[in-house]
Order: sequence, then structure tokens, then C-alpha cells
Amino acid sequence: MSEKEVKNLEVIFEARIERDDKIEPKDWMPEKYRKTHIRQISQHAHSEIVGMLPEGNWITRAPSLRRKAALLAKVQDEGGHGLYLYAAAETLGISREEMYEQLHTGKAKYSSIFNYPAITWADIGAIGWLVDGAAIINQVALCSTSFGPYARAMVRICKEESFHQRQGYEIMLTLCRGTEEQKAMAQDALNRWWWPSLMMFGPRDEDSPHTAQSMKWKLKRKTNDELRQQFIDQTVPQADLLGISVPDPELKFNSETGHYDFGEIDWDEFWQVVKGHGPCNKERMEARVGAWEGGAWVRDAAMAYAEKQEKRKVAKAS
Amino acid sequence: MKKDWPLWEVFVRSKNGLEHRHFGSLHAADAAMALENARDVYTRRNEGVSIWVVESKYITASNPEDNGEMFEPAQSKVYRHPTFYDLPDEVKHM
Ligand SMILES: [Fe+2]
Ligand SMILES: [Fe+2]
Repeated sequence: MSEKEVKNLEVIFEARIERDDKIEPKDWMPEKYRKTHIRQISQHAHSEIVGMLPEGNWITRAPSLRRKAALLAKVQDEGGHGLYLYAAAETLGISREEMYEQLHTGKAKYSSIFNYPAITWADIGAIGWLVDGAAIINQVALCSTSFGPYARAMVRICKEESFHQRQGYEIMLTLCRGTEEQKAMAQDALNRWWWPSLMMFGPRDEDSPHTAQSMKWKLKRKTNDELRQQFIDQTVPQADLLGISVPDPELKFNSETGHYDFGEIDWDEFWQVVKGHGPCNKERMEARVGAWEGGAWVRDAAMAYAEKQEKRKVAKAS
Repeated sequence: MKKDWPLWEVFVRSKNGLEHRHFGSLHAADAAMALENARDVYTRRNEGVSIWVVESKYITASNPEDNGEMFEPAQSKVYRHPTFYDLPDEVKHM
């Protein structure tokens, strides 16, 4: 294809997105669109899968059967979310194995929030309330993204997420209505998870060079700072209802703007964790790589069994 | 020996009376495993009463680049639609 022809296709492509046409896997698309989507969708998938680790750790230690069943169902959902997203990325021509490889070698990133440890049971409450809460805000914005398979996966995921957040908030509510120690545990969890949750929306708009392109492709419908503000505005009243306080002395409702003003995020910490120096980066990767390598014989055995069965069927038929 | 599990497409009938609809895809070693995985991945909340799985390589798809030749004939044949025919208003029930 000549350069002029490609330019032409690009113009048609941009116009399609402009009028809210969805792009499907076999449609022509600019290489950059394909690459950006592979990167974002696979990172999103990795986040769902790695996100199972801090919570999975608490399944056997949940305080009641009701809590255990709910947590188990939530963690299973996250595994499902990862699978929907991996499948969406595969439609763009990358294989599942390539994506795992990128994750395991550190070439692909996942959400930094999962590099923080879940130390107490209250952390499970805080994760559902804050981390899933922040994820929902990001994901609702993506339900109308331009790439069809990604948008469809997002719609399905959003339907499932609201139970995650509600079960987390219910845990917090129970703790806050419990003994002094239980309430202190809830406060401690909020103290540790608040700032990392705000970091989930990514760097400030002025430090986010891809925002303009992503907005154009509707891969982003709102900027990082807009989404972060939305999260703060809806979460602070929920903390008030619990009777615990958000660990930000500068947090204050601004009646002029109708939004909460808030303090500066520790961006050094943010970049440290992104670069792999968070409290659990190493542990998370060891768990993932361990599961992949430890499961290799199972995958091989299943494939060998399938081939044997297939041969038998053919032999019988002939 | 290293062979990756093939890709399967999953179709789910959400309730009797409705057709099977494409829900997504997954990897599995064989059809039985594809069915079980499809149940776990796509029907955790009563989304279906029946599942079809088919290995993706058996699907033949039209190419969007041929959409012109492929679907144009349908566009130009307006006489296939009831509104093409002019009838007086007095004709009822038609
Ligand atoms: Fe999720
Ligand atoms: Fe979730």
C-alpha cells in the first residue's frame, strides 16, 4: 500500500470513530491503534489476574462462611475478567502465550495497586470498597470505547463489579460498627489504601503524554484527573458514613467548585512502584511465574490426552 | 513437547425461545474442557441454559474489505421493502 493510500484509510478510520462507529478486529486500523490497544487491553488483563493474589490470600482466613463464599466468588470473577480481556486482545493478533511472556519478563505492566500487601481482614474490605470502586470508575468510562471486543468485555465486567464494591463496603461497615479494635482496623486499612487508590487513575494530565491520542480514539473518555476527582467526590461521603477519616489533612469540600480539594499525591512513590520497587512487586511476579511453570505439566497432559482421544476417534471411524 | 491449547468460540442461549449468541472465546485442550470452561467463564450468573463451543479455526468469516461487493446488492433492491409499494390510504390492514 502506498503512503497516500494509508493516509486515505486513516482519514476514513478517524471519521468512523468520530461518528461512534465501532471498530471490529478484521477492520483496517492504523498500526498504532492496534499496538496501543494490545498494550492497554493486555495490561488491563494482567491487572485482573495479578489482582487475584492479594485477595486470594485471605480466602482460607475469611471470618465466616458467608464472607468466604463472597470473597471466593469475587476472586473467581476477577479471573473471568482477565480471560474476557485476554480474549479481546487476542483478536488483534497477539497470542495468549506472548502476553504471559510479556507479563512474566516484566515487559508488560499491571496496575501498581496490586503491589501493596493485604495485611489484615479490613484490607479485604478496603480493597473491595476503594480499589474496585476506582476500577469501576475507570471501566464504566471504557464501556463506550471504540474497539468492539474491548467495549463488550467492559460491559460484562461492569455488570459484575458492583457486587465487588458492595461486599467490600459491607465488610467496612461491619467493622466500623463493631468493637473499638475493629473500627481501628478499618481506619488503618483506609489509611494505607487511600493514596494508592488515588494513584490508580495514573499520572496527572500534564504528565500523561498519551491522553490526547487516547481521547481521540475513545480509548479514554475522561482524563486521569477528571476520573480521580469523580472518585474522591463519591468516596469521601462514604467514608463519613462509616465514621472513619480520609488520611488527607488538606481534603476539604469546595462549595464554589462543588468538588473536594485534596492534597498532593506522592508521585515519587507512584513512579517507584511502577518501576518495580513497590512492597510486593517481586512476590507477585514469583507467584505468577510459579503458577505458570508449575502448571506446565497439567497443560501438556491435557493436550496429550486430547490428541490421544482424537486419534482413537479417527481409528474407530476408519 | 510444547503445544498451546487451541482457541474456541462460545455461543450461549440465554433462555429457551432465544437463539444462541456469540459470548466470547477461550482456550481449552478439547471440546469437553471448552464446555466446562465456557460454563465457568461465561455463565456464572445464570446467563445461559445451553452452550455451543466450536474451535475458532473452523469458522469462515467474511472480510470487511469485501463489504462493498458482499452487501451492496441488498442496498440497491428497495423493492424488497414494503414501503416501496404505493397504495391508497383507504386500503386497511396491509
Ligand atoms: Fe475485575
Ligand atoms: Fe472487581
